[in-house]
Amino acid sequence: MEHTGRSYTIKVWRQKNAQAQGSIQTYPLKDISPDMSFLEMLDILNEQLLQKGEDPIAFDHDCREGICGMCSLFINGRAHGPLTTTTCQLHMRSFENNETIFIEPWRAKPFPVIKDLVVDRTAFDRIIQAGGYVTVRTGSAPDANEILIPKAIADEAMDAASCIGCGACVAACKNASAMLFVSAKVSQLALLPQGQSERKQRAERMVAQMDAEGFGACTNTGACAAECPKQISLVNIARLNREYLSAKISSDNVEEYVPIK
Amino acid sequence: MQLDSKIPAGSLAEKWTKHKFNVKLVNPANKRKYDIIVVGTGLAGAAAAASFAELGYNVNAFCFQDSPRRAHSIAAQGGINAAKNYTNEGDSVHRLFYDTIKGGDFRAREANVHRLAEVSNDIIDQCVAQGVPFAREYGGLLDNRSFGGSLVSRTFYAKGQTGQQLLLGAYSALSRQIALGKVKMHTRTEMLDVVMVDGKARGIITRNLITGKIEAHSAHAVVLATGGYSNVYFLSTNAMGSNVTAAWRAHRKGALFANPSYTQIHPTCIPVHGTQQSKLTLMSESLRNDGRVWVPRTKGDTRKAKDIPEAERFYYLEEKYPTFGNLVPRDVASRNAKYMCDQGYGVGASKLAVYLDFKDSIKRLGKKAIEEKYGNLFDMYQQITNSNPYEEPMMIYPAPHYTMGGLWVDYNLMTNLTGLYAIGEANFSDHGANRLGASALMQGLADGYFVIPYTIGDYLATQKYDKIPTDHPEFKKALDENKAHLESILSRKGTKTPDEIHIELGRIMMNYCGMSRTAEGLQEARKKVQQLQHDFKNNLKMVGTNDELNITLEKANRVEDFLELGELMILDALNRNESCGGHFREEYQTPEGEALRNDNDFAYVAAWEYTGGAGKDPVLHKEELEFENVKLTQRSYK
Repeated sequence: MEHTGRSYTIKVWRQKNAQAQGSIQTYPLKDISPDMSFLEMLDILNEQLLQKGEDPIAFDHDCREGICGMCSLFINGRAHGPLTTTTCQLHMRSFENNETIFIEPWRAKPFPVIKDLVVDRTAFDRIIQAGGYVTVRTGSAPDANEILIPKAIADEAMDAASCIGCGACVAACKNASAMLFVSAKVSQLALLPQGQSERKQRAERMVAQMDAEGFGACTNTGACAAECPKQISLVNIARLNREYLSAKISSDNVEEYVPIK
Repeated sequence: MQLDSKIPAGSLAEKWTKHKFNVKLVNPANKRKYDIIVVGTGLAGAAAAASFAELGYNVNAFCFQDSPRRAHSIAAQGGINAAKNYTNEGDSVHRLFYDTIKGGDFRAREANVHRLAEVSNDIIDQCVAQGVPFAREYGGLLDNRSFGGSLVSRTFYAKGQTGQQLLLGAYSALSRQIALGKVKMHTRTEMLDVVMVDGKARGIITRNLITGKIEAHSAHAVVLATGGYSNVYFLSTNAMGSNVTAAWRAHRKGALFANPSYTQIHPTCIPVHGTQQSKLTLMSESLRNDGRVWVPRTKGDTRKAKDIPEAERFYYLEEKYPTFGNLVPRDVASRNAKYMCDQGYGVGASKLAVYLDFKDSIKRLGKKAIEEKYGNLFDMYQQITNSNPYEEPMMIYPAPHYTMGGLWVDYNLMTNLTGLYAIGEANFSDHGANRLGASALMQGLADGYFVIPYTIGDYLATQKYDKIPTDHPEFKKALDENKAHLESILSRKGTKTPDEIHIELGRIMMNYCGMSRTAEGLQEARKKVQQLQHDFKNNLKMVGTNDELNITLEKANRVEDFLELGELMILDALNRNESCGGHFREEYQTPEGEALRNDNDFAYVAAWEYTGGAGKDPVLHKEELEFENVKLTQRSYK
C-alpha cells in the first residue's frame, strides 16, 4: 500500500439550512492518503474546520459499508462519484493528486436540501408506505416451505430487492424520475407469489404517490441504471410499465388514491 | 435490590407455552387506548412497532437515521438461524438451544435461550410471507448453509445481504402501519432521556436532529431497541451513528446494565490502515470455510506472501485445533490472531494482520467456484485495500462487532424500571459471553415479532388508560435538565474535538478491555478513562448552537455516554475474575491458553446500578444462573 500524501482542492456546497441560499465554498486539503475513503477525507476536512472554530460540513452517512443507502453526494457531476459504488466505498486513489473535486447534494425537487450536503429523502419512504409491502400480520404466515418459488424467480426478485434507496437514480436522471426505485420494489413483489394479491393495487398506488411527490417522468435514458451502486436493471422499469398498464386497464380498484402527505 | 428474572415454573420446553397462556390479555377494543413508544427501528424495533400497531396499540417510533430502512441491522451479511431441520440432519429446537447456550460459554439463561430456539421457526415463516427473497434450491424450497459453532446447516440467507432483506421486510410491515396511521414515525430524532412518573416509565425526551428542538413524548410503556455499543472502541464494524445514548440514559435513570464487558471481537475484518480511519469493515465468517489462516514461521518476515514457501508458513489454527481448524468459534479465532501478532508474527505494514489465503481452494475448486461463492466480498476487499485476493492472500485482523451485554431485562424483556423494556442487541440478551454467527438476526426478530407483543400486554392490562400530559412536572423537569445539559456542552471552548476524545477512548478500550484483559491493565485503563472524562468536561472544543443541524453536538452528546460506559465495562471486566467467551482475562486460562471459566464463583449475570457517575462506584447486583438442563463443560475445539 502506498502512503504518500496527496493534495486536493475541495469545492463543496454549503447551505446553512433549508431556507438559506447556498453557495460553493473552496477548501484546500493536504496530506491525504490514497487509501483513505472519500468520506474519511471529508472527516479530516471537518476536523480541520472544527479546530478553526468553523461549522463542519454536514453530510449523510452511516454504515460506511455500502449497504445502508444513507450516503449520497454528487461528486464531479456524478452520483456517488466516478465509480459505480456508493460514496462510502469510494477511495481517494480514484482522484489524481492536486485535483479539484466538486461536491454537491442530490439535486431534485422532491429531495429538498436540509443543510449543506444533507437532503430530505422521506419521499421514498412515503412511496413504500403507499404499497411497497405484502399485507401479512405477524403470526399469520404459513410454513415457509409451503410457498414454492423457482430458484430463477427467487434470484431475480433478490436482484430487484437489493435496492438500497439511496436516491442516486433520481439524482442522475435529468428529469429527477424515481422510476428505477419504484420499479425495484414493484418488481420484487410482482415476481413473488406472496405479492400477487395486492399486485395491481400496489403498482397503481406507488406510481400515484411517486407522481404526487413531484418526481419527473421517465424517458428511458438509462442514466439511473448506469449510476446505480447496486446495479438495479432497467428491465425493472419495463416491468413496472407493464404492471401499471395492466393494473390500470383491468383493476377493480376504482377509488381515488389519496396521496400520503 | 432483589433481581427477579420472572422465569416461569415448569419444564424447560413448556415454560414459554404456559407463560403465553398465563399472561393477561388486553381486550382488542381497548388496545387503542394505550400508547407505546419504540426507540430504534432496526430488526427488533421495526418488528415490535409493526406488530404492536397490528394488534391495535398506538405507536410512536423514533430513529436517528433519515429512514427506518437504514438501521445497522441492514449490514448483517451471513444469515439467520432456525431449527426447521429442512436439511434432515437431525436439527431440533433443543439442539439449537444447546448449541446457542454452549456457544455463549454457559453464561446465558436457559429459559430465554430455549424460547429463542422455539420461536426461530416462526420468524422464517413470517419473513417469507412478507416477500423476503431467501435463497432457494432448484425445486423452489428454501436453501440452508452452515455457520460456526454448529454441526448442522440451519442458516437461512439472502445472498450476502440477509440483514438487509430481513430489515426491509420489517420496514415494509412498519411502513404499512405508518400509512394506516397506527405508527407515527419520527426520523432524525435522538432520545435523550426516559421520563419516570410515579415509579413507571411514562415517556421520553428527544432532540430533533434537524431543528434541535427538545421535545417530550408521553406513553403507557417505553421500548428501547437501540442496538449495541461496539462504537465505544471508536473503530468497529458498527455504523458511524450507532451509539449507547438511549440505553445509557435509561441506566442513569436506574435501569441496570448487565455484563457490559461481554463484547464480541470478530476475527475476519479488514485491518486498520494509517491513523485516520473512521470504521472497520467485516468480511463474512463464511470465508473461513475456504480460506486458510496463516502467518510466516519466522518473526518479522518481510517477504511478500507469495515468496514464502509452503514449509515456512504457519497454519496456526489448523495445527492447534485439528478438529475445527479454521472454523473455530469467533472468540477463539480472534484471540489466536492477536496472540500471533503480539508474538511478532504479524504481517502487512502495521504488523497487525494475519493472512486468509484462498490459494488452495482456488486450486481445488477453480477460480469460478470461489467467485460464485464470495465474489461480492472479494470485490469489496479489493475496493477497500486495492489488493486482489484472487492473487494475494487477504489480510485480516479482529474488530469489535457485537455486544452481548446491555440493559438487564427479566423474562418479559422488561428492565428493572417498571414499564421500560429493552429488546434486540440493546438488552443483555440471550447470547451469554459469546454470540454464535447468524444468531443476532434471530434474537432481534424473536424479541420484536414474537416475544414482546405478548409480554407487553401482560403489563398494559394492569395499567389505567389515563394519559399523562407532557406538561406534567416530571416531563418539564426532564426537558429543562436536558436543555441545560446540552447548553453546558455547547459552551465548552477547549481544544479537543469530540472525535479526538472518542478516538483516544477507543484506543484505551481496545488495548486494555478488548480481546485480552488483565487486572493491572484494567486498573490503569480506568485512570486513563477518568482523565478523558475530565478532558471532556474541561477541554472540549464545540461550535454552533442547539437550534440547528449540529453534527459536533450530536457526536459530543454520544461520546459523553461512551466515556461513562467505558469505565463501567472496565469495572465489570475487573470484577469477573474468570475467562468466558469474549471476556478473556489473561490470569485465567488453561495450560493450552483457552478461556478458563470459574462456575463456582461467576455463574451469574453482573447487573450494575448507576450511583451518580464520576468517582462514585456503581453497585453490583447478581442474578445467579441456574442450569438444570445442560451440563457445564469446558469448551474444546481441538
